[in-house]
Amino acid sequence: MFNQIRPAIVMTILFTLLTGLAYPLAITGVGQLAFPAQANGSRLERDGVVVGSALIGQDFTEPGYFWARPSAAGDVPYNGAASSGSNYGATDARLVQRVAGTVASLGSSPVPADAATTSASGLDPDISPANARLQLARVAAARGVGLPVLETLLGQMTETPMLGIFGEPHVNVLALNLALDKMAPMAR
Amino acid sequence: MTFSGWLQIALVLIAVLALAKPLGLYMARVFAGERTWLSPIVHPIETGFYRLAGLRADQEQGWLAYAFGVLAFSFAGFLAMFAILRLQGFLPFNPQGFGELAPDLAFNTAVSFVTNTNWQNYGGETTMSHFSQMAGLTVQNFLSAATGMAVAIAVTRAFMRSGATAVGNFWVDMTRATLYVLLPLAIVVAIGFVALGLPQSMDASFAATTLEGTQQTIAIGPVASQEAIKQLGTNGGGFFNTNAAHPFENPNAFANYLNIIAMLSISTALVYAFGQLVGNRRQGWALIAVTGVLLLVGTGAIYWAETSGNPLLHAVGVDPALGNMEGKEVRFGQAMTALYAAVTTGLSDGGVNAMHSSLTPLGGMVPMFLIQLGEVLPGGVGSGLYGMLVFAILAVFVAGLMVGRTPEFLGKKIEAREMKLAMLAILILPLVILGFTAVSMVAPFGLSAITTPGPHGLSEILYAYSSAAGNNGSAFGGLSGNTPWYNTTLAIAMLLGRFAYIVPVLAIAGSLAAKPRLPGSSGTFPTDRPLFVGLLIGIILIMGGLQFFPALALGPVVEHFAMLAGQSF
Repeated sequence: MFNQIRPAIVMTILFTLLTGLAYPLAITGVGQLAFPAQANGSRLERDGVVVGSALIGQDFTEPGYFWARPSAAGDVPYNGAASSGSNYGATDARLVQRVAGTVASLGSSPVPADAATTSASGLDPDISPANARLQLARVAAARGVGLPVLETLLGQMTETPMLGIFGEPHVNVLALNLALDKMAPMAR
Repeated sequence: MTFSGWLQIALVLIAVLALAKPLGLYMARVFAGERTWLSPIVHPIETGFYRLAGLRADQEQGWLAYAFGVLAFSFAGFLAMFAILRLQGFLPFNPQGFGELAPDLAFNTAVSFVTNTNWQNYGGETTMSHFSQMAGLTVQNFLSAATGMAVAIAVTRAFMRSGATAVGNFWVDMTRATLYVLLPLAIVVAIGFVALGLPQSMDASFAATTLEGTQQTIAIGPVASQEAIKQLGTNGGGFFNTNAAHPFENPNAFANYLNIIAMLSISTALVYAFGQLVGNRRQGWALIAVTGVLLLVGTGAIYWAETSGNPLLHAVGVDPALGNMEGKEVRFGQAMTALYAAVTTGLSDGGVNAMHSSLTPLGGMVPMFLIQLGEVLPGGVGSGLYGMLVFAILAVFVAGLMVGRTPEFLGKKIEAREMKLAMLAILILPLVILGFTAVSMVAPFGLSAITTPGPHGLSEILYAYSSAAGNNGSAFGGLSGNTPWYNTTLAIAMLLGRFAYIVPVLAIAGSLAAKPRLPGSSGTFPTDRPLFVGLLIGIILIMGGLQFFPALALGPVVEHFAMLAGQSF
């Protein structure tokens, strides 16, 4: 029995060095060399300023932007350093009240489910195409852009399942709003 | 439910089945000590490790020494991890400047990762330095998985041998599992993950100025390397608080497929390797069939429940078309969320791509039930195989009782000693889960952690102890589990679920290895045919599941009918 104490200690040290330091550092080296954009968080830049990550949602409140889903992350919505879902159960009264409030603020009913519910991460970058269509009129009015133009843009920015099978139809909100700013800049 | 949803589910499962044979054959060679195509690179490292540890690779152990090796190695890993978490503030790779963890949280977390559970009472990006994530959590992601694989191989050898006293050498099996299987696969999967968008950086975060002009801090880190072994080792402990629902752990549909395939493939292939090693490949496929049937039914049940949605929300103006979207990500949709939830709980993975607490009552009951079945579908790497073999022993025993013959499994007579040990292992789960849940439901320090009133509160606690004792690690996140009571008792549940299971299982292995391997006769019950598959499914549901039915009836089932009746709490 005591002859297994040495392997227990030695193997723990050796494997910590191999799998705990060498392995992640080697992957970091390969990642930084071969896929620097992804390895550093898929950052999006505009005019030399980092405006976010292509993969992480951000909060939009102005009527001239498409809005992301409600978020339960951290202390502020879309806190990229503290992901969190609401963890409300299906019969939780707080959930029903919160959703009812969101639906009321959107001013139409029924709304697509993703428009009134918080995501698992609190950082969901996407909304459903139905959710985006619901917002077309508001954005068009705020930007002074014609509805057909916006519909065309939304069509271009909607990601459909590859080969009609792989994935779900969705719209990346930040990418859509960046394209919107480019097409019809808002007067500030 | 849609056709394309079912098609995605089918394609992912077919990919796993396609991998089972090549990967299973490869692992069978590795654990038989044969040369593989990786030997030229890995063999020198392997022998170097043995030399430094003072081991001889050809020296085999009896079951007791093997079990002591498992315990000694796990204890050493626990000490190293506890020390790292308690000294976090003084250690390098800490760009966020995080301090040390509280003693009870460090204890819970160290136990959690050493037992392959990966229950997380903390938020990764707000608690753990890169050093803790790499040298602590990632290391145990490898080693706890390798330990499980080693035990499974020891049990496999018991069926291969006749009149033997030894079941293998733990240190050799564990080292080979890591160096030949887990590490090479992790390197491939990790690089694939970076290509798909997972960050892999030593920075803590970057700042962004959003389009509306506010500041957003976005946490990154060495995510891909941890995510790869988290799935391959069925650990499930995420880099971020929200695990594989976080866009940086699971950015798109293809990353999601890779996550699911990575977590399923080794456990499935190990079952195939079992068939190969005991000289009966059909036996391997029969056990895989059991897993496949139960997983598909579970996936279908979650998929149905979640697409049906939440009538309470439909009543206040939510369109039912997308189903229940609270706690889910748009890019995965209902089908891939359901498959992930079933697989992560049928396995002892415990990573999540949706918040299980926010699933509909029945949609959340299925993952909990899959855990309570004993984590054998196909279970954690290694732990799933030896768990399934315990159920198989029970099944042949029941079959033997029906016809009045001494039961045999793969030529080994199953007698009183094996049955006692098998029941000891099986009963530890209901004892731990229901015992701790009962105490927590009446004691103020247990009840105070519930954030949701009504039957969901019971579900939160029941899920927590099921997850801990099953070494799963997923959670109904509504429970505020970071308290001394939960940190301590959940850790005890994890320890019992792991080691109070492994020791009897190894004792069974020792006992079976010593028996002669009898040739089958016309009176032998064939264990590689559909009849046995059906019997085994029944045994798993009855022996594994029935004890939990009263508790489930009071939690999720009551909540389901309350939801249908329009009641909230």
